[in-house]
Amino acid sequence: MRQDHLISATQLSRADIEAVLDRAAEIDADVGAWQGRRDGTVLGLCFFEPSTRTRMSFDTAMKRLGGRTIDMGSVESSSVKKGETLADTVRVIEGYADALVLRHPSEGAAKMATEFVDVPLVNAGDGAGQHPTQTLLDLYTMRENAGLDDVTVGIMGDLKYGRTVHSLAAALTNFDVRQHFVSPESLQLPRSVRYDLHESGAQVREHTDLDEVLSDLDVLYVTRIQRERFPDENEYRKVAGEYQIDTDDLDAAKDSLTVMHPLPRVDEIAPEVDETDHAKYFEQAHNGVPVRMALLDMLLENAEGGSQ
Amino acid sequence: MNDTDDSDRELRVSKIRNGTVIDHLAAGQALNVLALLGIDGSGGESVSVGMNVPSDKLAKKDIVKVEDRELSQSEVDVLSVISPEATINIIREYDVIEKKRIERPEAVTGVLSCPNRNCITNADEPVETRFVVLSDGLRCDYCGEIVREDEIATHLDVS
Ligand SMILES: [Zn+2]
Repeated sequence: MRQDHLISATQLSRADIEAVLDRAAEIDADVGAWQGRRDGTVLGLCFFEPSTRTRMSFDTAMKRLGGRTIDMGSVESSSVKKGETLADTVRVIEGYADALVLRHPSEGAAKMATEFVDVPLVNAGDGAGQHPTQTLLDLYTMRENAGLDDVTVGIMGDLKYGRTVHSLAAALTNFDVRQHFVSPESLQLPRSVRYDLHESGAQVREHTDLDEVLSDLDVLYVTRIQRERFPDENEYRKVAGEYQIDTDDLDAAKDSLTVMHPLPRVDEIAPEVDETDHAKYFEQAHNGVPVRMALLDMLLENAEGGSQ
Repeated sequence: MNDTDDSDRELRVSKIRNGTVIDHLAAGQALNVLALLGIDGSGGESVSVGMNVPSDKLAKKDIVKVEDRELSQSEVDVLSVISPEATINIIREYDVIEKKRIERPEAVTGVLSCPNRNCITNADEPVETRFVVLSDGLRCDYCGEIVREDEIATHLDVS
């Protein structure tokens, strides 16, 4: 991992990804041993969009490394409300912190922010763009349960606006993975993501019906279809219903199928699936902490010029 | 390098004294070039436009002549993406004193706006747009949005 910032999963090589996942596994094996590793480090949490879980996950990760976090608070209560630019906000918070985590509603926000700061910056989600730390924990979970080579992965739901999907699809091109995308026509992958997949020579197929591929899958990654994407509630109901799974649907799947979801879910995975061996989404959420600990530790290591 | 022959007749028709002749434009691009240069006649410049002019090299081409105006590097950069075959002739006292074949740049900065309305470059931030040049279009260096060659003219950030 020779990066200064983590902005997009497209910047990650196979070696980068494996380095983070290996360190996350080391941490996972003995979290206590890493307490104090980053004593005195301050992580600035800049969330321009609410996301309690991602924020808590980074907060926990930094604290388990012995560091502390500072938080700009909600956008409503901050100077952003008064019209301060993102460029100014990150420059101010950089003055207090050794690294920054940024969540922002606009695509490209994290990339722009890195042009104004010298400390490591991690993109924790930029609009419908990228969410690379989610991807690292997704890959960690996938590696533990199904492996990352010679596997068939189905990614289903809102592929157009789903930043977790965009990051995951890009990262998977580093591995020997057959990718199947399942979505309504109106929510298919955006052009820029297709372009990267095509350029990378990835094995990709698109479907509107999960039944076409379910029985081939080793991993099924489900995402939420958001109601606000549809002008009409009935239209939403009609579409969303076709991309929900329950235990009956899973009868057609391999016994070893791993079902994942970045959470929160609404009703795309029936609660009865939780009780099956397929369900790995809560494990996936838990993996966020060791993975983010590993990533923060490595970015801070780079910022120090590789000492430690 | 003697590729002006096919346009000599045109040049004679409306020769300019000082300025720029943008020649060998892909047919249909002349008006986009004027948009790119921000020329709508209101500035009083003398402009001649030839569209679908017969050409040995391109079969049909457009040609634009602008009096008293030289192109900036970023204008040339975008021009090269709209029309990679274009040539730029700088004219002084009725003579071609410089003839540039434009080269496709790696990136263009500050001349196009990003068509993704939710891109950070469209927010009120102190940042210029930057597009990486692909083989058949441009890509926003911030949000990753792709603009195909035939859509570029629509997104020219000119006033
Ligand atoms: Zn953009």
